[in-house]
Amino acid sequence: MTTTARQDIVTQRITLQINGESHPLDIDTRATLLDTLREYLQLPGTKKGCDHGQCGACTVHVNGRRIVSCLTLAVMHDGDEITSIEGLARDGELHPMQDAFIEHDAFQCGYCTAGQIMSAVALLGEPCGASDDDVRESMSGNLCRCGAYPNIVDAVQSVRGNR
Amino acid sequence: MQPFAFQRAASEDDAIALAARPDAVFVAGGTTLIDLMKLNVATPGALVDINALPLTGIDVLADGAIRIGALVRNSDLAHHPDVQATCPVLSQALLAGASAQLRNMATVGGNLLQRTRCYYFRDPIYACNKRTPGAGCAAMEGFNRIHAVLGVSDHCIATHPSDMAVALVALDADVHIRGKAGERRVAITDFHLLPGDTPDKETVVAAGELVTHVTIPARRFAQRSAYVKLRDRASYEFALASAAAALDLHDGVVRDVRIALGGVATKPWRATAAEDVLRGGKADAATFAAAADAALRDATPRRDNAYKIELAKRAVIRALHLANVTGVDRS
Repeated sequence: MTTTARQDIVTQRITLQINGESHPLDIDTRATLLDTLREYLQLPGTKKGCDHGQCGACTVHVNGRRIVSCLTLAVMHDGDEITSIEGLARDGELHPMQDAFIEHDAFQCGYCTAGQIMSAVALLGEPCGASDDDVRESMSGNLCRCGAYPNIVDAVQSVRGNR
Repeated sequence: MQPFAFQRAASEDDAIALAARPDAVFVAGGTTLIDLMKLNVATPGALVDINALPLTGIDVLADGAIRIGALVRNSDLAHHPDVQATCPVLSQALLAGASAQLRNMATVGGNLLQRTRCYYFRDPIYACNKRTPGAGCAAMEGFNRIHAVLGVSDHCIATHPSDMAVALVALDADVHIRGKAGERRVAITDFHLLPGDTPDKETVVAAGELVTHVTIPARRFAQRSAYVKLRDRASYEFALASAAAALDLHDGVVRDVRIALGGVATKPWRATAAEDVLRGGKADAATFAAAADAALRDATPRRDNAYKIELAKRAVIRALHLANVTGVDRS
């Protein structure tokens, strides 16, 4: 293993804008955005699956674009606009994609669901063809080990008006 | 993860100055680096965040070349109309890589500098000459189904994982690098290094140097181009074999061509022997098959990866066929 001189823990003062609210934080530079949401800000809706960018469970939006929050550091997002699953509902009304996931029974155990929904909402604003295969390709970064894929595609396509 | 200092660079000069610290590395998208830091494979003492630098443009220059900032996200490059119109192979390669989320994070510069997916490199329990020079290579006698058959050495058989870089090889791209000593331009084929007996040295980028841009010259073959990627699942997976083909045809005869391979070589691989077979030949199945044979003639398989030779040949043939039938003849 490569070794370097041991460095003391470093913290930095940042402000995260999450779901419309400002959160000033003194944060360990090592903290991922994912761990910051879950462990420091009591927003556990975003799930930790693989923690290596391979499953999509931790998908959130940063400045309107979907990313995996496990492979980015909180200190890299000072001032960025972050939306997590907790920020999708408006005035007690679920986002249409959340309604569609319920309507189409698009989950079983539910662990991947927050990431699936965050990805699906972002997809609505991306260049994506109209077919089911286009949706599958665009959603390939979100794994579902229960295998709810057919119903996830149905849910996404219903919100896009393709069902 | 080991603790590290964190600084934001406000300008290119600032970034290069901050990176003078010997244990500092740049972070852009973070999709490779933070992954490897969690695995204790990368243990930088300081991160220099370059995301605020204005290297996010995609510009068509007066001579028709495309100039791409190093911080352009893979998704923005893939969906750019000029890129899709003038060099479809690049858009196709980018969209074949990773997932929509990762493409929103990953940058052009980071994609070029990404590290291998060799599982022995990624796990500090195993011997790896790339991670620890002189330690040996666990892949040689280990499970080497995903490993390279071209450009290999006795010290390393790890593949370079990029799709984008394979397309850039087929487009004659240049990489622009800036350091304390000034700026320089390196052909993409010279940017990555063969492992030889120093597999820890992967590119010509020196410590403290910053990749600033990539340029793609206007070439007749760029538009009639295609990328084919073969892998264990249909999406969100690294290549077992991939091929980029770019064809310039005149009356059904190959006037010029570029063939590049991914997933089978220790660096993004230009198959010049295949190009030599094609140049001056008819654009037909027989010529494409002969070119594919030439591309893999020097392949050196190990226990588990001999299948890649046939797989890569078929990728070459398929990419040539797609470029031939879907491209636009600009002659």
